[in-house]
Amino acid sequence: MNCEEARALLTAYVDGELDLIHSLEIEKHIEACEACRRSVENQRTLRFAIERSSLRYEPTAAIEGRIETALRSSAPPNTRTQRGRWPWIAIAAGVLLATFIVGRWPFGVQPAVDNMVAQEILDSHLRSLLPGHLTDVQSSDRHTVKPWFSGRTDFSPPVEDFAAQGFRLIGGRLDSVSGRTVAALVYQHRQHSINLYVWPLPGAPDASATSTARQGYNLIHWTQAGLSYWLASDLNAEELQSLATLLRRALANASAP
Amino acid sequence: MQERDRLAHFEHLVVPHMPAAYNLARWLTRNDHDAEDVVQEAFLRAYRFFDGFHGGDSRAWLLAIVRNTCYTWLEQNRRPSLSLEESLPEPQSADPSPEALLLERLDRELLRRAIEKLPPEFREAIVLREMEGLSYKEIAAITGAPIGTVMSRLGRARSRLLQLLTGGSA
Repeated sequence: MNCEEARALLTAYVDGELDLIHSLEIEKHIEACEACRRSVENQRTLRFAIERSSLRYEPTAAIEGRIETALRSSAPPNTRTQRGRWPWIAIAAGVLLATFIVGRWPFGVQPAVDNMVAQEILDSHLRSLLPGHLTDVQSSDRHTVKPWFSGRTDFSPPVEDFAAQGFRLIGGRLDSVSGRTVAALVYQHRQHSINLYVWPLPGAPDASATSTARQGYNLIHWTQAGLSYWLASDLNAEELQSLATLLRRALANASAP
Repeated sequence: MQERDRLAHFEHLVVPHMPAAYNLARWLTRNDHDAEDVVQEAFLRAYRFFDGFHGGDSRAWLLAIVRNTCYTWLEQNRRPSLSLEESLPEPQSADPSPEALLLERLDRELLRRAIEKLPPEFREAIVLREMEGLSYKEIAAITGAPIGTVMSRLGRARSRLLQLLTGGSA
């Protein structure tokens, strides 16, 4: 791969949007090319600065209430439309847009569901950080934590410790997500607390890890051997991803015949 | 579907994405009041077109409507400072050195102002990618641009931000 080819792909490389083969080619290239390496470093630094600065704007409770009220009073929409403020051309354009989008929608329904679960996971993670809420059983010994869950849950969550890799198991607790009891395992990495949520999804196919950023926190989700997994932390996405990789590998080994 | 069920379904599926909708509208309009009006209008529109939503990613579906509403608003309230993507100079070929960046000391307000200076197509790419954590595919669906365009806009947006933040000419 020459420099020109590499430059065109550096952005996608930084964003983790390249396939493995191209990623490896980029990695090989930036070992030798200082300009491209610098570009990657700068893009990463910039991403980190934006993430750390929490630049999101949050709607006020007042505007949320106003919109809820407007929605309720606009129903049913076919008898009382809002035609006053917006010219018909804008509405027609909206119809066209909606048709266009629906016509070529590339996703399944699952992302929308996951998205709601993600918010619940994040809420639960934030609750767990309140004093005294993080662990019900406090132990770095997986042989203490694992039996604690039996009798309290109708499934047996895998309990792994990665102290050697910097992710120390510090305990577990029961939590509730989407109205069901889930196991939460708590890890510590430097000063960051990490929650791993586990619950059964019988018959669900395995799904590889996807990560999302939300209100300055990182979430990673995957499905493996009929269990749903969610990681939540304020740890940066790369390091959280490395914990996900460790877990997925350990779980695959554990369930291998 | 009963109107009451329709509203409940909408509130369950679409309303939870209000923070993402507001954040996008606020960055595109660059002003609290306009963002609030645009988000309200977008929600009413989304509700009106909700029957045309046949499952899928409700956040991306809503954000596409919010974006469309924002651009209509921007058209109607055109400000001289809004430059088009095409009027941007090509980014410099050489990246600033990491030492020059000093992003560790970067002021949050400085970063906010630099992002606000970006043309809307670049700004929305940064907002959707860095603040909402969306994939290229999701951003492509929301903005109606091919994935390659999403990538090049993000790349150019970052080059431009780096230039603004390091005082380089842009």
